[in-house]
Amino acid sequence: MQSANILLQPGVMPRLLQGLWVTIWLAAVSVALSVPVGLVTGWLMTLRNPVIRVIMRIYLDFIRIMPQLALLFIAFYGLARAWDWNLDATGACVFVFVLWGGAELGDLVRGALESIPAIQYESSYMLGLSNWQTFTHVILPQAVRRLLPASVNLATRIVKTTSLATLLGVVEVIKVGQQIIDAHRFDYPAGTLWVYGVIFAMYFVVCWPLSMAARYLEKRWANE
Amino acid sequence: MLDWAFVSRYAPFFVTGAEMTLFISVFGIALAILTGLVCAAIETARIPVLRQIVRVYIEVSRNTPLLVQLYFLYFGLPKLGFVWSAEMCAIIGLGFLGGSYMSEAMRAGLEAVPQIQRENAYMLGLSSRQTMLHVVIPQAISTSIPGVVANVIFLIKESSVVSAIALADVMYMAKDLIGMYYTTYEALFLLIVTYLIILLPISIIGTWLERRFDYAKR
Repeated sequence: MQSANILLQPGVMPRLLQGLWVTIWLAAVSVALSVPVGLVTGWLMTLRNPVIRVIMRIYLDFIRIMPQLALLFIAFYGLARAWDWNLDATGACVFVFVLWGGAELGDLVRGALESIPAIQYESSYMLGLSNWQTFTHVILPQAVRRLLPASVNLATRIVKTTSLATLLGVVEVIKVGQQIIDAHRFDYPAGTLWVYGVIFAMYFVVCWPLSMAARYLEKRWANE
Repeated sequence: MLDWAFVSRYAPFFVTGAEMTLFISVFGIALAILTGLVCAAIETARIPVLRQIVRVYIEVSRNTPLLVQLYFLYFGLPKLGFVWSAEMCAIIGLGFLGGSYMSEAMRAGLEAVPQIQRENAYMLGLSSRQTMLHVVIPQAISTSIPGVVANVIFLIKESSVVSAIALADVMYMAKDLIGMYYTTYEALFLLIVTYLIILLPISIIGTWLERRFDYAKR
């Protein structure tokens, strides 16, 4: 238990928190950019055009079937060579998380839009609402209720997936933890346990409220 | 564009890598299913204390990334005297992560069986064990299978992370080739193809099962 003192060394906790901030920032940017991409993707998925349908199907299936780490490798190593597009590690991570988050969110948007019965559209038109009014006042409020709980869950998954960024060399919370462990290799050899323990707890503290929020929303809107 | 001679020379590397991926996945998924069964049983039977422990486990396992779980198992726990091989850590990690997902899928299946089914079974004179075995579980299995298969695919994908604790799986081979020969395209091509060969059949079987059981319900 002596080794727990590693956490009290000057700079250790502040640095871990800074690392956590990088993780949160990375996840927040990815989620924020995934929303517009997901909305457009979802709308494209509802179109009847066969070419667009096939393209969207392949996009979604490819993103879903490849491990996220493999996607990160493809973006980080492949894109740089293919188009001389020199993405740094953070850029490659955001790029992949947005492609992935956008595809997943797009599928949720598609599901939410398609779950609205045709009679809702017909009734709105009959009442004299325009296309745009129907969408913003009738369809969207209902779609959001079906969409939001699953989207919050997706955000949790994105936060967890940002942990892979460390394997490309992004200095986020895990990498900071490794640096701290290496710096204290000799004075606190057993510090590994505590540093990884704290990182474990940090992820939980970030993700758990999100999961709870998703569950709360799901319950609240389930019976309406 | 691709150097096919290189691809065919190093394809065996990826077969070895795929063997490691499958080895870790098969045992990890078996452990996950076992854990899931126990947890789902405890939650359905509403056993006090154990039930709270299961709840905590599920929340912790679902809300932390596999990579951190693996680092904790592989680098952290040895300091407490639990020294496991990398393979063992990977299997336990995958089982720890997957157990909660499997449990949720199975519990959803059990809860989807309407109460009236149980009541009718009791009314017909079946004991609670017979009701469970012959009425509830068969129906629960067909409802939870799509979720379980989805989790199987998810866990095989997640197993790509074990390359971080120096296990020579598919990911590791790709990284190795890029690092050694700068053959980015060939390595990434082999990486994609290997994962497609592993995951596509399971994904197709999953879709088929889902349709089949959907039909059975109608």
